[in-house]
Amino acid sequence: MSDALPGPTLSDEPILRVEDLKVHFPITKGIVIQRKVATVKAVDGVSFTIRRGETLGLVGESGSGKSTTGLAVLRMLTPTAGRIVFEGQDIAPHRGAELLAVRRRMQMVYQDPYGSLNPRMTIRSIVGEPLAVHGLDGDKKATREKVAALIASVGLLPDMADRYPHEFSGGQRQRIGIARSLALEPSLLIADEPVSALDVSIQAQVINLFMDLQERLGLTYLFIAHDLAVVRHISTRIAVMYLGRIVEIADRDDLYRNPLHPYTEALMAAVPVADPEVEARRPRAVISGEVPSALRPPPGCSFHTRCPRAMAVCKTEQPFLRKISPERAVACHLHTS
Amino acid sequence: MTLAIDIPATSARTERSGVIHFVVRLFREKPLGAAGGVIFVLFLLCGIFADVLAPYGMNQISPRNRLLAPSWAYPFGTDNLGRDMLSRCLYGAQISVIIAFAAASLATIVSIVIGILTGYLGGKIDLVTQRFVDAWMSFPDLIILLVVVSVLGPGLPQIIGTLGLLLGIAGSRIIRSAVVSVRENMYVHAAQSIGASTGRILWRHILPNIMPPIIVLFTTRIGTVILAESSLSFLGLGVPPPTPTWGGMLSGSGRTFMFQGPWLALAPGLCLTVVVYATNVFGDALRDLLDPRMRGSR
Repeated sequence: MSDALPGPTLSDEPILRVEDLKVHFPITKGIVIQRKVATVKAVDGVSFTIRRGETLGLVGESGSGKSTTGLAVLRMLTPTAGRIVFEGQDIAPHRGAELLAVRRRMQMVYQDPYGSLNPRMTIRSIVGEPLAVHGLDGDKKATREKVAALIASVGLLPDMADRYPHEFSGGQRQRIGIARSLALEPSLLIADEPVSALDVSIQAQVINLFMDLQERLGLTYLFIAHDLAVVRHISTRIAVMYLGRIVEIADRDDLYRNPLHPYTEALMAAVPVADPEVEARRPRAVISGEVPSALRPPPGCSFHTRCPRAMAVCKTEQPFLRKISPERAVACHLHTS
Repeated sequence: MTLAIDIPATSARTERSGVIHFVVRLFREKPLGAAGGVIFVLFLLCGIFADVLAPYGMNQISPRNRLLAPSWAYPFGTDNLGRDMLSRCLYGAQISVIIAFAAASLATIVSIVIGILTGYLGGKIDLVTQRFVDAWMSFPDLIILLVVVSVLGPGLPQIIGTLGLLLGIAGSRIIRSAVVSVRENMYVHAAQSIGASTGRILWRHILPNIMPPIIVLFTTRIGTVILAESSLSFLGLGVPPPTPTWGGMLSGSGRTFMFQGPWLALAPGLCLTVVVYATNVFGDALRDLLDPRMRGSR
């Protein structure tokens, strides 16, 4: 089932369907006898789908739960509740061998190009490690060729394979990380802020590499980022997260042209415009204050404490993510009717 | 291929030239430590080639040449039985080398096993094991050594085993802290997300990255072990005579005939002092260069 080729029958079937995903972290006190004193609801009821071949951008401030969502989908964290349907099967309860099989189909690209490569391993062994872990490196010659091809596919020279990570620049290291994530020919790639640690000029190259690879290999991306310009460039659809929930999900152009949720609106307004005159004159929806603690999220809509358009109902009733159109959903009382 | 226009990799340093580079750095930045290293290597060579280097047998008695002062024939003099002190010091070095390497290796392996398991697995295992280590460390080493030796009797294997275990458990703390910091690296996370087994992660990702503290731990343990063995031999609980050990020579003929032949105490005493000091200085220099985090710890 999981090895089925992406044929015409599957093209509309989402590759990933996340339903009401919750990741709660208990806070415990005591050393021997541990008592639960509080819960951090890092992700609290997130639902979205990703179709084969598209890119879902996941944006939000630090602490909004976007990375936790990514880690839960990758099953590096065990979800507290909810379903993660990946290629037709719910992987939320998977363990052991079943999980190992899923790991072949889903890979991750990390934010820090310096920390994500083992400094004591050559590029060859780093890129080839997924093959070794899954016992696919039996034929030494074929493995060498495969690794060389992977290195070439991310725009590096195959004869760099015997060097160590410290001999490469940040952008090159990120390419190596991408090559490693492609080794098992996954169908879904989770990219957690893959360019935010890079120089702007290098960011563009790496983003283009991502898009190029998507086209060539038919990859699907869950692209986690906080840089809205980057997300706009690469995403098909975008989900905006705030305090562990998705507040708005829409096609990229709709979202940027006409943000519905006040939080999305404020985010969009925070993106500077390259023209100083326009920048000086344009209206801005400014939000003040800090993100409330995920330990004690405010009642009602979690954004009401900072929302410029908060109403009485926002303080008491939590808005649910409602479909506005087939491709768009928003969680805001302004758009309930 | 326009994608490949990142800044080209500049240094093409391989691992081998890295070692040479490191030795050069040691001599340049830590001359005292480098001197310690040279003495340490000499000590090793003396120990290994004691049979070749020693001009006389370790227990070769020459009754006519008792208590001779240092001379060309007997550079370190002779003892009350007419045995050549130089030869006995060289054979003493051999015993020290054997004990030091065996016990320090055992200690390092014990430290690595405990440190890696508790540091990587964490949680309750870590908590319980480390409290045990705390309790163990609060015990004076010499007391434990005395108890073991008095129960099992003096001898090489007992000393190596006890010292190795003693120092190994205490040293696990240092390895553990190194593992805890390495564990948080994203490459460990990446290996986990690929599906790598715990054994693979420990072997390929954790162990190679904690080599600096391991090397330092091993070197400093050598000095500690030599000193501990000498203390035991001095108390008569070490390797039993007539096998020459530095500690034994100090307490035996060295103490009894100190006034008739001060060289009997000076020769093994100086050997001991110089070697232990050299290994400590060398270990400290290695620590400073390899692992600045460990500064100030033992």
